[in-house]
Amino acid sequence: MAGFLLRRLLLAAGVVAGAGVLIFLLIYAVPGDPATTALGPRASPEMRAAFRAAMGLDRPLPVQMARFFGRLLQGDLGRDIWSGRPVTEILFEALPHTLILALCSLGWSVLLGIGLGCMSAARRGGAFDRVAGALSIATIAIPPFLIAIYCLLLFAVELRWFPAIGAGTPGDWTSQLGALVLPSFSVGLAWVGYIARALRGSLIEVMRERYIIAARAFGLSERTILLRHALRIALVPVVSIVGVGFGSLLSGSVLAEIVFARPGLGKTVYEAVLARNYPVVTGAVVLTAGLYAVVMLLTDLVIALLDQRNRAAL
Amino acid sequence: MPRSEILAGLSRDRMALFGAVTVALILLVALFAPLLAPYDPAQISIPHRLEPAGPRHWLGTDQLGRDTLSRLLVGTRVAMSVALLSIGGAMAAGIALGLVAGYGPKLVDLGLLLLLDTISTVPVIIFALALLTLTGPSLPAVIGVIGFFSVPGYARLVRAETLRLKSADFILAERVMGAGLPRLLFLHMMPNVIGPLLVVVTMDVPSVIGLEAGLSFLGIGIQPPTPSWGTLLNDGFSFVRQAPFLVLVAGIPVILATLGFTFLGEFLREHWNPASRGRR
Repeated sequence: MAGFLLRRLLLAAGVVAGAGVLIFLLIYAVPGDPATTALGPRASPEMRAAFRAAMGLDRPLPVQMARFFGRLLQGDLGRDIWSGRPVTEILFEALPHTLILALCSLGWSVLLGIGLGCMSAARRGGAFDRVAGALSIATIAIPPFLIAIYCLLLFAVELRWFPAIGAGTPGDWTSQLGALVLPSFSVGLAWVGYIARALRGSLIEVMRERYIIAARAFGLSERTILLRHALRIALVPVVSIVGVGFGSLLSGSVLAEIVFARPGLGKTVYEAVLARNYPVVTGAVVLTAGLYAVVMLLTDLVIALLDQRNRAAL
Repeated sequence: MPRSEILAGLSRDRMALFGAVTVALILLVALFAPLLAPYDPAQISIPHRLEPAGPRHWLGTDQLGRDTLSRLLVGTRVAMSVALLSIGGAMAAGIALGLVAGYGPKLVDLGLLLLLDTISTVPVIIFALALLTLTGPSLPAVIGVIGFFSVPGYARLVRAETLRLKSADFILAERVMGAGLPRLLFLHMMPNVIGPLLVVVTMDVPSVIGLEAGLSFLGIGIQPPTPSWGTLLNDGFSFVRQAPFLVLVAGIPVILATLGFTFLGEFLREHWNPASRGRR
């Protein structure tokens, strides 16, 4: 177990380092100079040179990279170009909002998706299965930000059931919860489809296994077999889909935050992009890569808990 | 798969038929957009701004009085060009990298896998925002960024197929007969890899359309005055309280396109992959 955790942690560190190197090389390779991007085309050459010196951009690439990683190890992602605040401070202020949104979206979609997946698998080929299948594919296909826009249009602008913007009044949890409804609905909707489709497929596979046939021979009801014996194993691929899809869950949350003007990572990064504040943007890339690595680690642990056959790998 | 079987399958499967017809219509609109558009999509007419749908402007006008229908039709061409160019580029890169990773030495394979995995770990939107901050928003930059994120998926698929084919009898036979590496890779491997790849590509078009619309919606994708579905959504969203109709209409082509390509892709996937054929 300790060896497994160590290996996974090393892999996670590797992914974060890889993302850091990648964003560094891209900044270097992509046409466009950070100083011009930040200061605008009308900045004088002296201003640009001073900016480069202040940000350490005049050093050779390997030196820049070594400094970046050296600081990263101390938990320092650089400073905001305009306010001079540490990037980590800005990002960690925004992160909880995004995580709450992502977890809420995932939470309701997992519950509904598992229910729909089980019902589809049990009524395989029937009308329910076909309608649920078509709806699932449709919700996966339509971009979440569009669903967010339409939700805002219908429930906030026309019907006025929920607030259109913001994260609610701090301290008042009912208003915070109300402000969470539409964003988490629009981010989670696609996941209902994903989870239902994946679970249906893997349940159908598992139901063909020998131990299921044995359970049938013992006279257990189909319902008991499905819920007690098949579901646990069938959830394994679903968990890994959720884990691997965490990146797109974050992407969806980012866009939903911008549509609903919610504070969070997305809004922070978006404002940084508009202000050409690229240390905040690159910091966010490294941070989300780190988050992703943590999620992958958790995914592996959950899978090991669900399917004991995988525990040997621990 | 014989053509008659595809046609028969399409006529049986209503969703797939919807997908095929929608995709065909979208491609036709993209080809003939300037002929179909009733107005010049850039023609500004302030007196007629934010008009609702009517006999003069079927889908109303935007905040500058431009005809929404014309802008959406021309936007179809923009969306399809972005999809075609970014996916085409990503396919070429994905095939090359996948063949190298699958057929090349183990060390190269590992290095490429690490690179591809790293690219696919970062949330696309945040990475795309970071890249477009540096390049500045422009059509080629959007195509490049979207293509960049599509490469890992394609390369992984081609790699897996190459690994599978590497030990196939007909490849071994070719090698025994002394076929050179280019002949093996391009004449024998590639035709076998293209089929599954095309299915994945069809399934990928919706996410590319969604990404372009999303980036343009954020104002860092396609830049005005070029009409794109995303910029139209952005315009509509700014006037969501005065003229909710605008954003409502602007989303419809995105929905039609993503649904059409997805349903068609699902159909192709089910029929292309013999393993999944009898399972439904």
